[in-house]
Amino acid sequence: MTATQDRPAQEIGRDRRRKEDQRLITGRTRWTDNITLPGMLHLAMVRSPFAHATITSIDVEEAKASPNVVAVLSGKDFGDELGVNINAWPITPEQKTPTHSPMPADRVAFAGEIVAVVVARSAAEARDAAELVDVEYDEQPAVVGIKKALEDTVLAHPELGTNKSALWVFDSAEAGTGGDVEAAIAQARADGIVIEREYRQQRLIPAFMEPRSVVVDPTGEQLTMWSATQIPHILRFALAATTGVPESKIRVVAPDVGGGFGGKLQTTPEEWITWAVARRLSKPVKYTETRSESLMAAHHGRDQVQTLTLAADRDGRVTGFKVHLDADLGAYVSLVGGGVPVLGAFMFNAIYKFPAYRFECQTVLTNSTWTDAYRGAGRPEATYAIERMMDELAAEVGVDPLEIRERNWITHEEFPFTTVAGLEYDTGNYEAATARAKEVFGYDALRAEQRERRERGDRVQLGIGVSTFTEMCGLAPSRVLGSLDYGAGGWEHASVRMLATGKVEIVTGASAHGQGHETAFSQIVADRLGVPFEDVEVLHGDTQVAPRGLDTYGSRSLVVGGEALVKAVDKVVEKATRLAAHLLEASEDDLDYAGGRFTVRGTDQGIAIQELATAAFAAHDYPEDMEPSLDADATYDPVNFNYPHGTHLCAMEVDTETGKVSMRKYTCCDDIGTIINPLIVAGQVHGGLVQGIAQALWEEAVHDESGTLVSGSFVDYLLPTSADTISFDVVHADDPSVCTTNTLGTKGVGEAGTIASTPAVVNAVVDAVRHLGVRDIQMPCTPERVWRAIHANDGDAPTPGGAMPHFDEGALNQDGAAQ
Amino acid sequence: MIPVKFDYVAPTSVEEALAALGEHGDDAKIMAGGQSLLPVLRMRLNAPEVVIDLGGIDALRGVRDEGDAIVVGAMTTHHEVRDHPLVREHALLVAKAAADVADAQIRHRGTFGGALAHADPAGDLGAPALALGAQFVIAGTDGTRTVEASDFFVGLFETAIGDDEILTEVRIPKHTGWGAHYEKFVRVAHQWPIVAVAATVRGSIDEARVGLTNMGPTPLRARATEAALAGVSATEDGVRAAADLAAEGTDPPSDLNGAADYRRHLARVLTRRAVLEAAGAQAWS
Amino acid sequence: MTKIHLTVDGAAVSDDVEPRMLLVQYLREKLGKTGTVIGCDTSNCGACTVHLDGTSVKSCNVLAVQADGRSVTTIEGLADTVEGELHPVQEAFRECHGLQCGFCTPGMIMQAVDLLAENPHPTEEEVRLGMEGNLCRCTGYHNIVKSVLHAAEGGARA
Repeated sequence: MTATQDRPAQEIGRDRRRKEDQRLITGRTRWTDNITLPGMLHLAMVRSPFAHATITSIDVEEAKASPNVVAVLSGKDFGDELGVNINAWPITPEQKTPTHSPMPADRVAFAGEIVAVVVARSAAEARDAAELVDVEYDEQPAVVGIKKALEDTVLAHPELGTNKSALWVFDSAEAGTGGDVEAAIAQARADGIVIEREYRQQRLIPAFMEPRSVVVDPTGEQLTMWSATQIPHILRFALAATTGVPESKIRVVAPDVGGGFGGKLQTTPEEWITWAVARRLSKPVKYTETRSESLMAAHHGRDQVQTLTLAADRDGRVTGFKVHLDADLGAYVSLVGGGVPVLGAFMFNAIYKFPAYRFECQTVLTNSTWTDAYRGAGRPEATYAIERMMDELAAEVGVDPLEIRERNWITHEEFPFTTVAGLEYDTGNYEAATARAKEVFGYDALRAEQRERRERGDRVQLGIGVSTFTEMCGLAPSRVLGSLDYGAGGWEHASVRMLATGKVEIVTGASAHGQGHETAFSQIVADRLGVPFEDVEVLHGDTQVAPRGLDTYGSRSLVVGGEALVKAVDKVVEKATRLAAHLLEASEDDLDYAGGRFTVRGTDQGIAIQELATAAFAAHDYPEDMEPSLDADATYDPVNFNYPHGTHLCAMEVDTETGKVSMRKYTCCDDIGTIINPLIVAGQVHGGLVQGIAQALWEEAVHDESGTLVSGSFVDYLLPTSADTISFDVVHADDPSVCTTNTLGTKGVGEAGTIASTPAVVNAVVDAVRHLGVRDIQMPCTPERVWRAIHANDGDAPTPGGAMPHFDEGALNQDGAAQ
Repeated sequence: MIPVKFDYVAPTSVEEALAALGEHGDDAKIMAGGQSLLPVLRMRLNAPEVVIDLGGIDALRGVRDEGDAIVVGAMTTHHEVRDHPLVREHALLVAKAAADVADAQIRHRGTFGGALAHADPAGDLGAPALALGAQFVIAGTDGTRTVEASDFFVGLFETAIGDDEILTEVRIPKHTGWGAHYEKFVRVAHQWPIVAVAATVRGSIDEARVGLTNMGPTPLRARATEAALAGVSATEDGVRAAADLAAEGTDPPSDLNGAADYRRHLARVLTRRAVLEAAGAQAWS
Repeated sequence: MTKIHLTVDGAAVSDDVEPRMLLVQYLREKLGKTGTVIGCDTSNCGACTVHLDGTSVKSCNVLAVQADGRSVTTIEGLADTVEGELHPVQEAFRECHGLQCGFCTPGMIMQAVDLLAENPHPTEEEVRLGMEGNLCRCTGYHNIVKSVLHAAEGGARA
């Protein structure tokens, strides 16, 4: 048979409108909270108002007597059936991991932790009764904040004896991937440049728009859980592993899921409690959180203090980079937990040729909301650190920030390139992406305007921010995950079912929640199988339908799940070839396959693959050594990560009188290899950008000293609106660096915008006011922080110390900006 | 997300509403547009036994001309206030501030009287009402009384409206032809103002009125600034000294969005900008 | 319990409701109009936006009893979807990829329809300001704004 890959693609690269949309724009949706079942009961959670307290007593009598209440249960009412919430990635063998009961009976470790659950016939009655549960607490000292936690004077979990959970280290000298960073720093202190900074990655909240909801129906032979989750398969595994129900007796469905961004990459106490209650009462039950509950108890992201030392020669060529992170896990080690900062460990060297590198990550436990993945998960933090440092280095050397990057980046001739962190980047072209971004942005004209405004002393100053990035995505090669002690693999599964009528069902283990899999996967299959786009149906998110999978996160669905699909389709074509040869009475070697049709070379004979599907269904005539089916499965385990990259340029205006910043222009050129659907890709980039921009400018989850979440509603946790954002210039490399480790040549794009935009924005804000003596502004760059940074030296701002509260007085890495 | 149970009364006249209020006393809560009340009830921060909905009282809706003043019915929505020709002609400042209240959906339901009676220090309408010397008409079982704006705002979420009274309308002295601007400082659009300044000026500049939002537990009037503005030229330099007095006597909060000293600084800057904008803005645009 | 009579998506409906029941809960729980969703508890997100007597409101911020005698239009009644019709704003959201997860979309579309009724030819800035009461976490608003402008160009009916 002749290969088909050389025929022009009809679907891949086309801006197909999404298959998903018809339902979503007309309100015919299946959000978990929409599900009602006969006899269904509703749950309301009783949550601790204290960040750290022992539970003295729980009086449920009044609640039980409340109208239509069926049960009121607390932790001590359950035994092992409640299970535990697991950590799947203990980053070191010595990691201290507190037991995480979904509903502890004795002690709560963060404000918002569940201590009792009320079951009633309506959600309103459940809530009414929840108010009547009388819990007596003995409040304990709470530890909040990374630096307090490191002191180990107040303990989040006294039984552990320390707040320090794990220390994870990578050193290029020890790993043999580079030199000794201390030697590089010593050398630079003697005759080069050393830049030391401390950056704060503030705590963020994923804030998916659909609050989490879970429905459990225990009335079938398989117990069914519907959940607003990114990870139905992992959820099923964890339920089986921790609650004693055989995996084969569990069905998990992720119906329509309204966004995740890592925030629904979790196995939650709410799911476990709902599961236990349904089993206990043998009735369907539902729990849907309020937004306030979501902000308080669903996991948060980021929250690191980064202590950074960059060594360079006098020309700005980096000779070594040393990174120490302190990362706040919150009250428990979550599903991925300390693995999130570790995912960043390989990315601090970014697109650069650093000769020496050392990374340390100390995770700490505190009495605050637990943390886990949030869009980018470790890589935005790494990119922020290095891209802020490269700007500082450019300022020190006195060259344009793009120039300093060019002096250090891997040139396109040097790929494949093994980095100081030990990863092999297969392809990339940083020069091309940067040139294209500069051109579209109008870089030189904006620099000229910036100079003009500076000279004029304009009240509104202009700053230009640069961020280049690469990321490791497509999580992940299973062997690599194994070497990092992650508890599972990183493969993905796909099936192709050729239906009798010629329609095609695709089953994928990826679980979409807004990404457009149904459309993009249909395009891939339409091209590769040669069937109409409309004839392909993509099924996912239900363990009965898609029994094997590892779900959606880490920009993996296309590059891992899509590749599994390709492999399954190829198997179908292989089977179909045999059947076609049989029916056409020709040799397989004489068949051509193109556009969904087998033809016998040199004749007018042929048969369509959809006809073959019908023939296989009828099974009246097929080869003796073949099963009467064209269906095929494939499980694909990637051999490497893939490494999209890009150059992002941002122009920010800063009102020096008020400190208010506004975005003037944003241009990005991302090289993500082959693009399946440019419309969907642009959407991913736009959304990613705004989440990254929001970290730079608006969002911060703040716990007060007692551990109460101050930013506990959308009134205080500031998500941007359409009125706060602009339209973006999103372009791609003209000649993309195609990924060499998958068939389609694709690279991940789901997290790119978020990873690159945060440093681009902060670099722009700092660039606007650097001439006023500012070298850093803590995120989010609130007007007040910007104003204080600008006026720290001129007496206009009365309390300059407040500008950078993340810098401890007298700390070694004290930044000079505030003095 | 689910309020505590309450009984619901929907009177169709002020008299009926007062009677219901008299009957239920402290257990009752008046609901105007409900756009601030319902979130409070949903979060169970308040749990009245009876909600008295003024939505059915048609007499409380609309704007009329009463010679030297316009009268805005308490149940007139922000959307209606913003668009009303009488408001735009005679109290441009109010129209501009109403346009800045929350978002379009909230402005369709939220009411002028409701917002003023709620007396949120970060509410957008108190400062303009104060600056324009509005008079608040309050009905009780013994008849109505009129309270000057300067006496209406008593404290944090507290007004001169008695427990057995209802705000029915607000008289706003005409400021026909006065330029106006409402300068609202927020980090994101859907936020309550960190600070806002309501400024209206006659000529450029013969006379000025300046109100401050969120610079203390109640809306404040920047009287020193007003006095200093009379007769200055509508230029940066002309206005600067007067604007620099704007924070005098204020008592702003400190929170995640800004410390008190920063808010004072903002009040000065925003006052200058608002006054200059107002001087150049005699009509709706 | 209070008896209410109203019109929802063109159909007359009548129910006994608790006064505390929010309009959005009435739509979802009593009528099964689950196209309208709840995204927050502070009236910030706008996901529950519907039209009450023709203008946009946040249905979490209206009691069901307040809708007595009035007319409500939800995303499900915006066009005759049984006939396969789409409202031009719905069509524009699909055309311009104005949605990803789709959770905010009903509210976005209902608010966009209201905005265009009041201002049929808005500028980009007017669209951005007019949609400030609706939060989206997926799209970065870029394509939502584009969708509304696209609908305006196409002369979307109110």
